[in-house]
Amino acid sequence: MREAPALVALRGVDKVYSTGVEALRGLDLTIREGEFVSLLGPSGCGKSTVLRLIAGLGELTRGTIEWSDHAASSARRDIGFVFQDATLMPWATVSNNIYLPLRVRGVTRAEATPRIERAMEQVGLAGFGGAYPRELSGGMRMRVSIARALVAEPKILLMDEPFAALDEITRFRLNDDLLELWAGQRWTVVFVTHSVFESVYLSTRILVMSGRPGRVTAEVPVAVPSPREPSFRTSNSYAEQCRTVSTRLAEAMQA
Amino acid sequence: MKSLFSRIAPPALILILGLAAWEVAVRAGQVPVYILPGPMVIAQTLVRDWTTLYPSLLVTVLITLGALAAATVLGVLIAVLFAQSKWIELSFFPYAVILQVTPIVAIAPLIIIWVRDTATALLICAWIVSFFPIVSNTTLGLNSTDHNLLNLLELYGASRRQVFWYLRLPSALPYFLGGLRISGGLALIGAVVAEFVAGSGGIQSGLAYRILESGYQLNIPRMFAALFMITGTGILIFVVLTLVNHFALRRWHESAVRREG
Repeated sequence: MREAPALVALRGVDKVYSTGVEALRGLDLTIREGEFVSLLGPSGCGKSTVLRLIAGLGELTRGTIEWSDHAASSARRDIGFVFQDATLMPWATVSNNIYLPLRVRGVTRAEATPRIERAMEQVGLAGFGGAYPRELSGGMRMRVSIARALVAEPKILLMDEPFAALDEITRFRLNDDLLELWAGQRWTVVFVTHSVFESVYLSTRILVMSGRPGRVTAEVPVAVPSPREPSFRTSNSYAEQCRTVSTRLAEAMQA
Repeated sequence: MKSLFSRIAPPALILILGLAAWEVAVRAGQVPVYILPGPMVIAQTLVRDWTTLYPSLLVTVLITLGALAAATVLGVLIAVLFAQSKWIELSFFPYAVILQVTPIVAIAPLIIIWVRDTATALLICAWIVSFFPIVSNTTLGLNSTDHNLLNLLELYGASRRQVFWYLRLPSALPYFLGGLRISGGLALIGAVVAEFVAGSGGIQSGLAYRILESGYQLNIPRMFAALFMITGTGILIFVVLTLVNHFALRRWHESAVRREG
């Protein structure tokens, strides 16, 4: 397999919280350009901590995070982050929520409008610009959250169990829409999940983590049909890979 | 708006029934007017003494609104200051509490002695009574911003000022408005209490002074008329602030959005 250049690499990372909880110990991982990497593991294994450290939220206790040369200068500003709950501003309309990252960067509303419109179209929110978050369903709110991450045209998109709180039907649709977006844009995605099935369906590579303290215990590349289609979900290849990943996860939880 | 009618009609009916019962009781029991006047007599007094009472009402209302405005501006500024650092909040918050828990009746005489201008002294008293809910609520609101949203802005490299204007201030709005509604009533109470303490305030005499004066003269109907005016003012302030609250929050805050049945 042709290796894409590394975008960001974590080397020997330890993270101890001020409460004394050791979240990560000796964590090594490399994210390559254009990859869709899932971090899979039980709750409390430090998956979200990894994501937050990549995002630059919080200090490393030990170790380094290295960005590739051309990404280094602008890396921090080229990150999109999607939280588990949509984390929208309830007082702002959908379009003003999506405007937020651009507003912080001093883009005027007039300049931002076409970009906001485009981001809303991408995630299937066209026509909802004037709605308030509380008027939307959970799935729609998550779409707003994704549009907000996309509007700033990130190089890397970090997603922290974004669909965990959604019902299965909504989750499947968002999975498919996310894959379609990813295929079109080819940004790099780091996706935290505790669902084996979701990780196999979405990713090009899965990093299985175990907890207390968190570390990567296995790495599973996913063989994907191209183009990826919803039918993959019911294929034999999918089932087999889910089995492999499940086994790795079980091992990780015993480790 | 159907709901408006259903919210106003029941208490209005109770009011009418209550006043009627009061009138009947006073007439049937032949209660002398200097003990308890009936609503009719009070209404007549209100009309007859309007030229005396109305200027007094204006004095009280002006002090109340002035104190409320000062409480809003200074309260929000103090809360913003508190929100800048935990140390500032920890250092100064106890003094805001001290000011709040000291009965205004106890310090009003001092303030009236220290401040030469009576109107200013009354304003200060009413302000002391009313500023605390705004300070404490707004401080709470400024500190209650969604942590993930704060993280998000940090990620995008937002400045402190941007975080304040884009996130913290709007999230504090419902809390501030809740405090304002309490402060509105307290400003009126503060104004009236301070007037009582000030006693004869010279030419500018508010409604509380009218009540004192009517008491000395055993003019009980006028006492009641002044009392009704104070209560009416309080209700009006409450209604106006409730409407402000409603219109500011109706699109997004759970407290103001109507539940679908």
